[in-house]
Amino acid sequence: MNITYLEAIREAQARALKQDPRVFIYGQDVGAFGGAFKATKNLAGEFPGRVLDSPISEDAMVGLAVGAAMEGMRPIVEMQFADFSTVGFNQIVNQAATLFWRTQVACPITVRLPFGGTSGAGPFHSQCIEAIYAHFPGLIVLAPATVEDAYSMLLEAVALDDPVIFCEHKFLYYHLKAEKLPEEALPVGRARIAREGRDLTIVTYSAMVHEALAAARELAQDGWEVEIVDLRSVKPMDTDTIMASVARTGKLLCVGEAWPWGGVTAEVISRVASEGYGLLDVPPQRLNAKDTPVPYHPNLWAAHRPTARSIVAAARKLFRQ
Amino acid sequence: MLRTALESATGDLAAATHLGAYRHMLLARLLDDKFAALYRAGKIQGGVFLGRGQEALSASIGVSLQKNDIFAPLIRDAAGRLAFGETILEAIRTYMGSALGPMRGRDGNVHRGRPQDGYLPMISHLGAMISVVNGTLLARRFKKITGTVGVACIGEGATSTGSFHEALNQAAVEKLPLVLIVANNQYAYSTPTHRQFACEDLADKAPGYGVEAHRLKGNDLTDCLRGVGEAVKRARFDGGPQLVVADLLRLCGHGEHDDAGYVTQEHKDSALGRDCLKVAEKFMLEEGWVTGEQLEVLRSQMIHEIEEAVAQVQREPAPDPFAEEWQALSCGGLSDVRMD
Repeated sequence: MNITYLEAIREAQARALKQDPRVFIYGQDVGAFGGAFKATKNLAGEFPGRVLDSPISEDAMVGLAVGAAMEGMRPIVEMQFADFSTVGFNQIVNQAATLFWRTQVACPITVRLPFGGTSGAGPFHSQCIEAIYAHFPGLIVLAPATVEDAYSMLLEAVALDDPVIFCEHKFLYYHLKAEKLPEEALPVGRARIAREGRDLTIVTYSAMVHEALAAARELAQDGWEVEIVDLRSVKPMDTDTIMASVARTGKLLCVGEAWPWGGVTAEVISRVASEGYGLLDVPPQRLNAKDTPVPYHPNLWAAHRPTARSIVAAARKLFRQ
Repeated sequence: MLRTALESATGDLAAATHLGAYRHMLLARLLDDKFAALYRAGKIQGGVFLGRGQEALSASIGVSLQKNDIFAPLIRDAAGRLAFGETILEAIRTYMGSALGPMRGRDGNVHRGRPQDGYLPMISHLGAMISVVNGTLLARRFKKITGTVGVACIGEGATSTGSFHEALNQAAVEKLPLVLIVANNQYAYSTPTHRQFACEDLADKAPGYGVEAHRLKGNDLTDCLRGVGEAVKRARFDGGPQLVVADLLRLCGHGEHDDAGYVTQEHKDSALGRDCLKVAEKFMLEEGWVTGEQLEVLRSQMIHEIEEAVAQVQREPAPDPFAEEWQALSCGGLSDVRMD
């Protein structure tokens, strides 16, 4: 059996619907059509009345989910693209994120954001906006990099009593495959060592884990052993695992597909610099997308975001210091 | 005292309904007066937002709802909140930041509620509560709970928001028992209606969404009880979403920091400018449902009740930053940044 990242997301939702009558799915085209990416394929038929097409109203989609959560439901909201979630931003950051703190009534909603660049997608179907959500207190922000994590973390997201922003990478939807779905997984909030090494720590997440792994394989040909920390969970961030890795390697490179300003990579470097300054033998570095909107043309897009090639170049710079 | 009046009005449903609603109107007005006084004396942190001129509409909403209904009031709904079951102690504790209040000093003034009881605490972003009410109603449909309705309150200014449009359309598509009440008080903060919308009557929007419309005189308790009561009943018995537009005039500033110098004399002198509390009193006196003496006694009893509650809250503990959990997630183990 070969299961893709996208199928894992569908299977996780099927399981959540099956095992918990409080779960329902709400989003544009998610019903009989099965979603723009088919992440809810056949679910409307299998679970009648529980997979509902919404109007094109991201604000009201999230608002409705918050209200349903107040009444004890566990809604999953599918944003057609992460980029469109900015239309529902107010309800996410002001309504969902503040509810528990203000009232002690939990807000167990999961907002699925198909995010990240794919070839030819352009400025409004490619964005990585996890850092914006992570900025607000009261939200959990997840970004699985593997088929197994896509499945187990989505199930955990639905089970958690807090609002979860689930960033699922569109580039990984069809590219990644696994033999079978996992029975056990690391808990939310724990990072994973995706590759062990002694010479350099690369902290990254989501699709960039695979670019970093490819970079590590190339660097290994020159004898460099690169350790890769897959954050899995952007917020909360597993500072302990990052710090332990940096303690082993003495060098840090953070890689993110998102824009550089005030992002996840900046947060990682800030933590390592303030809590583990003495562990570093060279200044920590980071690699992000360029500070422009995401370009449409494949030639431009390939140069806009970090790739295995640019990660290798950044690593070599660090090794020569 | 009012109880006595109610009892004397045996068999007269209209009298009982009016007197019941009036009690909440008067209590809200007197409570608002006290908040204004405390604000001027510097005893309230943050803003004070009053419902003067909107009590008839607001109280009518509260008395039209049942215990298991959903209510999302806005900033000028002190009367509706009381009628829905809030105590003056909850209101005073929130305004004065008592640690014993429902928001425990984490949120203040009009941002109070108890979602577990269907009483939703508003956020400041206008129109944002409407879709949340939709969600509570959809959840009840999932749970096969029938016969409950949800009311969301907004002003005419919020009809210009995207949230209003998205949520009213959403309620119509799902045929939810939503009653959306628009208090058209002629000014959104300082902005007059002709700078807010260009349609002749906000109720004309209803057919565009496929929902039913109700127009009413917002400073006439009789008309408010009729109009709101009808809308709530229609929603409760599967009539789908209802849009209620009440015309009235805000008889105070946006908040107590605002002298409302922009309200025109023409507006003040118009029928809209009549004080709903006085209109209701005059009507009830003319009907012979109460005497002037009974109203005076009621008023002084309520003032006493409010003074007692304020005196109690003033001696209650304020929130303690050292005892505060500083925890935004319910899953405490997943908290992230700790700056201490």
